[in-house]
Amino acid sequence: MAEQATHGSHQHDDVGHHVPLWLLAAVLLVLLVLTFITVGSVWWIDLGHTGNLLMAMIIATIKGTLVALYFMHLRYDKPIIAIILIAALFFVALFTIVALIDTGQYQPDITDYRAVDPDARSAPLLQLQQ
Amino acid sequence: MSTATDAESHAVHEHPPHLAHHFDTEEQQFEADVQGMWLFLATEILLFAGLFCAYAVYRAHHPEIFYHAYKQHYLSVFWGSVNTALLLVSSFTIAAAVWCAQHNYQKWLVWMLVATLALGSGFLVVKYIEYSHKIHSGLLWGTGFNPQKHGHGHDDEHNDAHDEAHAATAHADEHEGDDALHDEPADAGASADTSAEDQLQWVYEPGGTGPRGLLEPGSAIELSEDEQVRNVQTFFGIYFLMTGLHGLHVIAGLLAITWLLVKALKGHFTAAYFTPVPIVGLYWHVVDLVWIYLFPLLYLIH
Repeated sequence: MAEQATHGSHQHDDVGHHVPLWLLAAVLLVLLVLTFITVGSVWWIDLGHTGNLLMAMIIATIKGTLVALYFMHLRYDKPIIAIILIAALFFVALFTIVALIDTGQYQPDITDYRAVDPDARSAPLLQLQQ
Repeated sequence: MSTATDAESHAVHEHPPHLAHHFDTEEQQFEADVQGMWLFLATEILLFAGLFCAYAVYRAHHPEIFYHAYKQHYLSVFWGSVNTALLLVSSFTIAAAVWCAQHNYQKWLVWMLVATLALGSGFLVVKYIEYSHKIHSGLLWGTGFNPQKHGHGHDDEHNDAHDEAHAATAHADEHEGDDALHDEPADAGASADTSAEDQLQWVYEPGGTGPRGLLEPGSAIELSEDEQVRNVQTFFGIYFLMTGLHGLHVIAGLLAITWLLVKALKGHFTAAYFTPVPIVGLYWHVVDLVWIYLFPLLYLIH
């Protein structure tokens, strides 16, 4: 910081934040361990369909946060960058949730009065027997 | 670096060679570049959001299709894991490339870019292996879905039944009168070799395939194991759209990194000016970020 003050803005090292190499390597290690946990959890941990999906998404979000904070320097950037990212993610969530609510409204109608084709169900089995 | 010291010596009166006139300082210019890239990346995230939304809606209402696709080992968890590791390490190497550029380690910058290119190309090679396997096995979208040999405890007769069922679905109109007579025994024959392990934990009503007729509520007909999971082709529609769009981004990222490599070999990046390196790096990290979500969503379904 003192260096920055004496040399002024043309000091080349001023541009961007320096994330130390050991920290980048540590983040990579954590990411690989988390990947291993995600893969293993499918076989070893049974929280049900929704539970396992939730766990996989939480782990993915931890991984994504690490990538954004350290690899993408988000932690050292100005808040406006985080606001841009969070705004994008907010709209992703809004988009998805509204679509889920909307399609969910019609789902009972679809399952109650779904299009069926009993002919097609028996026909191939009939062919098998011949 | 002679250029660096030159720039330093007359910077008091003029401006550094890479500083555009409409910026006050290099730092301001760099931050504007980064912010512009993040705005673009936000649009990229929203582009992928459309496909993630399609995935969410389809999985919310037809979880049995996704579970079935996983149970049948249609996607290789091994290759998916390899690709995840490749992208994570490549994400590290491009971050390390930024570090090298910041510290003016030009030789290491070149090597980090080469490593990123190699890892990214490795990802594409694995994707090629996966895609070609799917093309050969008939694991495609729409009418292209015609699973033939995935070799996980299903004998030929079973697969034939599978194929014919789909063929018959495609030409449903041709089978009008010859139905319902041999429903029960044929049903038993088709599902006899399905092991208990393969049985679904739940039974969802399958989605309709076409506007053929309407089933009255409460009058559900008996379904065989195969028939409980229909429209698996939609899983592959989603799979190929998501991984395909992601694959295009990988290719775009590799082209951008190649461009960086050419400039790095010419020595264009010094500690004084290296903005393209972190900018392309940000793009590559987003490619990695998308895959971090795609991998568990498509390959790991419990």
